[in-house]
Amino acid sequence: MEELIRVSDLSAYFGNTQALKDINISIKEKMVTAIIGPSGCGKSTFIRCINRLHEVVANARVSGEVLLDGQDIYSAGVDPIEIRRKVGMVFQRPNPFPVLSIYDNVASGLKLNGMRKKSGLDAIVEQTLKMAALWDEVKDKLNASGVSLSGGQQQRLCIARALAVKPEVILFDEPCSALDPISTAKIEELIIQLKQNYTIIIVTHNMQQAARVSGHTAFFLMGELIEFGKTEDIFTKPKDSRTEAYITGRFG
Amino acid sequence: MERHFDQELDDLKKQLFKMGTLAELAIFESIESLKQLSVKGADKVIADDKIIDELENTIDETCLDLLALRQPVAADLRFIAMSMKISTDLERIADLAVDICQRVLELADKPLLKPLIDIPKLSNLAQVMVKDALDSFLNRDMDLAGKVILFDSKADRLRNLVQKELIEDYIIKDPSVAQRAVPLLLIARHLERICDHATNIAEDVIYMVNAKVVKHHPEKLR
Repeated sequence: MEELIRVSDLSAYFGNTQALKDINISIKEKMVTAIIGPSGCGKSTFIRCINRLHEVVANARVSGEVLLDGQDIYSAGVDPIEIRRKVGMVFQRPNPFPVLSIYDNVASGLKLNGMRKKSGLDAIVEQTLKMAALWDEVKDKLNASGVSLSGGQQQRLCIARALAVKPEVILFDEPCSALDPISTAKIEELIIQLKQNYTIIIVTHNMQQAARVSGHTAFFLMGELIEFGKTEDIFTKPKDSRTEAYITGRFG
Repeated sequence: MERHFDQELDDLKKQLFKMGTLAELAIFESIESLKQLSVKGADKVIADDKIIDELENTIDETCLDLLALRQPVAADLRFIAMSMKISTDLERIADLAVDICQRVLELADKPLLKPLIDIPKLSNLAQVMVKDALDSFLNRDMDLAGKVILFDSKADRLRNLVQKELIEDYIIKDPSVAQRAVPLLLIARHLERICDHATNIAEDVIYMVNAKVVKHHPEKLR
């Protein structure tokens, strides 16, 4: 697998508070990478730096380098909107656009990018809803409101919305923490399928989830990357005693 | 942070300790029954094996419950997985003590073919290896586990000595002694197998403690 994202000496700040300290990591394409660590360790900040969402917060800033396909996403002249199209994000709580139909939730990104042709939109909406394993459940009610769906369906709708604009990378920020076990299992299956075509980074508090879906796992603690390796190695023979203590539930 | 899980792991360790102690006792009593050609002693070991068999089932069940309910990882996972393997080895060790006793029953009504010299050496080695393997498990002692593994070739040599002597000096020269020689030959084989199981336990202890696979890779011991 080729490297898709290379992060070098990445630090992130909220005002004077440093949330990430000199992170160096290489993310391979078409793999699922899980980020684990206790609350406040910088997991979410880290993925928000990968699609330039961190800087949206007031007084937030970033130093270091994030290469996507060899291009530094923080170099001058790079359009953050374009980066966020290439690097989609699915959040903890499903957040479909409340006033839009299921169809328009998926099509909205395409329409914003200037796509108007109905047949083209129809095809992509169907394709992405199928990829998000939601089509069979909603194909007869595409005009219903997105928020009329169950929590698990709403989350898959958000995944379809992210897929519609053809990203390379999808960031998941605790995507199942508000979902029941059945919906969680569906999202996990979906993530495993999506890695055939996409590079996925998932932040999770659920260590079994990291173990189930990811090929590589990174353990963060107090803004530092403590250990990064193959998921099976992290969960059977972690090298760092802090990783061991965290994953066996001795702290955190 | 003290976990309730630690208490459960400690209970599992105690069950293995109990099983190990009973397996050690079975070897000791089987060898004593051989020395004295005691039918009574041999029968006792054979009867007591049921207790060890039951303990194996209990330990397996405990391990499966912990895997299902605690979903252990890292050192916890290695400890539970190796406990399952070690209990299998202990059960096989006890079965081999039973096998020795069955040979004792075959030998009991006849005079011994020859004074026992190398078999007691091999039985001493087997007892030491099993004891050290168990101690290395209980104390997470990698050095002791390494020592057990290195002893295994000595067990093989002693078994070969016994085999060679019984075949070349007795069975070939006078086939009529086979009935008294073959059980001794098998006892040497049973003792050497006990040493193999002690070696397995020691290898599992090394994996349990530091995740290093030395099984089939003796060079990694150095």
